[in-house]
Amino acid sequence: MNELIRVVIYFVGIAAFLGLNLAYLGWVERKGAGHIQRRTGPKEVGPFGLLQPLADGLKLMSKQLIVPDNADKWLYMSAPILAMVPAVLLFVVIPFGENLVPREFNLGLLMIFSFASVASLSILMGGWGSGNKYSLIAGTRAVSQCVAYEIPMLITAITIVMITGSMDLNEIVRQQGDYFWNWNIFRFDKSIFMPLSFLVFFVCSMAETNRAPFDLGEAESELVAGYITEYGGMGFGLFMMAEYANLVIGCSLTTILFLGGWQSPIGIFPGPHWFLIKMYFLIWCFVWIRWTYPRTTLWGLLNLSWKYLIPFALVNLLVTALFIKVF
Amino acid sequence: MSVLAKSQLQETFELNIGPQHPATHGVLRIKVTMDGEYVVKAEPVLGYIHRMHEKMGENRTWAKFWPNLGRLDYLSAIAYNHGYAGLVERANSIEVPERAEYIRAITVELNRIQSHLLWFGAFVLDLGGFTPLMYAFDEREQILDLLESVTGSRLTYCYFRFGGVYNDIDDDFIAGTRAFIKRFRPQLPMYDDLVTNNVILMNRLIDIGPISAEMCRKYGATGPVLRGSGVNFDIRKNEPYGAYPEFDFDVPVYHECDSMARYKVRMDEMEQSLRIIEQALDKLPDGPVMAAKVPKMLKPAKGDYVFAVEAARGTFAMRAVSDGTNTAYRMRLRSPTYSNLSLFEEASRGMLLADALAFMGSLDLVIPEMDR
Repeated sequence: MNELIRVVIYFVGIAAFLGLNLAYLGWVERKGAGHIQRRTGPKEVGPFGLLQPLADGLKLMSKQLIVPDNADKWLYMSAPILAMVPAVLLFVVIPFGENLVPREFNLGLLMIFSFASVASLSILMGGWGSGNKYSLIAGTRAVSQCVAYEIPMLITAITIVMITGSMDLNEIVRQQGDYFWNWNIFRFDKSIFMPLSFLVFFVCSMAETNRAPFDLGEAESELVAGYITEYGGMGFGLFMMAEYANLVIGCSLTTILFLGGWQSPIGIFPGPHWFLIKMYFLIWCFVWIRWTYPRTTLWGLLNLSWKYLIPFALVNLLVTALFIKVF
Repeated sequence: MSVLAKSQLQETFELNIGPQHPATHGVLRIKVTMDGEYVVKAEPVLGYIHRMHEKMGENRTWAKFWPNLGRLDYLSAIAYNHGYAGLVERANSIEVPERAEYIRAITVELNRIQSHLLWFGAFVLDLGGFTPLMYAFDEREQILDLLESVTGSRLTYCYFRFGGVYNDIDDDFIAGTRAFIKRFRPQLPMYDDLVTNNVILMNRLIDIGPISAEMCRKYGATGPVLRGSGVNFDIRKNEPYGAYPEFDFDVPVYHECDSMARYKVRMDEMEQSLRIIEQALDKLPDGPVMAAKVPKMLKPAKGDYVFAVEAARGTFAMRAVSDGTNTAYRMRLRSPTYSNLSLFEEASRGMLLADALAFMGSLDLVIPEMDR
């Protein structure tokens, strides 16, 4: 019975957390973009435009779902749902606090990586199923991008697993200890490249979530809107929400692996608030970068991964192994 | 063309970019044959906004053609005003007062800065950077306000008249322009810091879309496209008109021939335009702004007249054949982006789609001016 209550509470909790984030990250992004661009962003609906996400949601939900003639109906309709499912599912293993984990699971990291790959499948399905050339190009782009960036991301995660000896996300956080110099990003005793590998992981998670400057899948000046060109209403809405959910997951994972999760940087009051502060700071960095940089090209993106990030990740893996063996 | 593109020519597909597409900034359609992400052939299809401006010039009196000039290149309309004014003044031997020539130069250069600013924003938008557009529009707004105060319109200017300009500039305009120059000068280095020296932008522009000087000559490309290919040619210097011989300014020329060169030419031209405006304001003579005796009904002598000006996008030339009546027998407009776009087909072969569209952005296309 206790287990049932626990499940219900966490289910409601995740749904609330996710719903709030998906709605209000859009608002944060628009406000942030506004301030970066010398304008105010949304301000008409509610105080500070706070009701804007509700208005947007209502609008999207009230729109008709149109299936284009050329589209493969099943792929077209199921792609947005498939985009949303893994993104929501992954919150199950995220440790928000020491005792605040929906399901403590000793293969949490593996689960995140395996389900994160499904996101690129949904993009490909959307791109292929739309029956539109722009969508198709975008879909193939997004897949080659995800393949290229999952490799350095995984290798970097493996170094963390080697250091902690566990794939349990909560255990990884626990081992990082109080004070910020105990976080993985600053653990020079394990590898001298730790800050750099944090950067690699950060860049990869940016590319994994298809965010600017790596938003080749929806490059609007080339491919109109990429794989979401043919989607309207909630089909589009689900893709947008999945993007934000993936953003939250990516930033949570970076926080857990490198920034000490719920651990306090100054040694007092460890708890979920530190986790949220770090995560939202990373999300803000994503927004900041998105509205500052122009888009890379596909070739530039793949070059960056295959020529710089993957070799570096491999070297880092080797160095970490040596450090662990020697010291 | 890449090895890939050569070996698989039969496995191509066609992609219609436009007539409605975010990258074409208007109703331009480009029929692209693509091999994967490579462009095998990109064929521009024009005519979606053809309005017969040349024919209109032939069936109405000279003065009635004025409003059309604001509707060709809506971003540097005052330079087009200048072209037409110069043509008809040459045909009728009308002397323009010196003050009018100075005012013409000031407004044309303000208009040129405005046009380059909009291009700058839209071009970086093409490359996926949204923010510079907002910064550029902030500055552009100041220019539009200034020009509105003297011409009465913000976009489709119809400000010049045969023998001068319609309205004298006042002290407010002069003070406002000086304030704008003071405000705008420090912005240019800021754009360099924020945009030009950005490593992603450099990767996307350097060595992309090379156009040799030879190709420019072949297709008749002018303006920043030609100057980005290392040819020092500017109508304001090479065939001086109006008040331009009296100003000291440089013609920025870059020899790299790539998109970055064209970008830098435009950025440098804004600085040079500021210099011209400053000098013109300093030396602004007193006097009338209209020639004294301009006949109401113009009837130029039989003949063939040409006048060329440097518009923001290149050489804008007008040619009129007069048969001595009050309408032109033949009116011909030579617009710069039509020629600049012509080389797109040859230059874009074998490019990546993303690079081809960035390259197209660097040509600075204005569609209504191409189609006329």
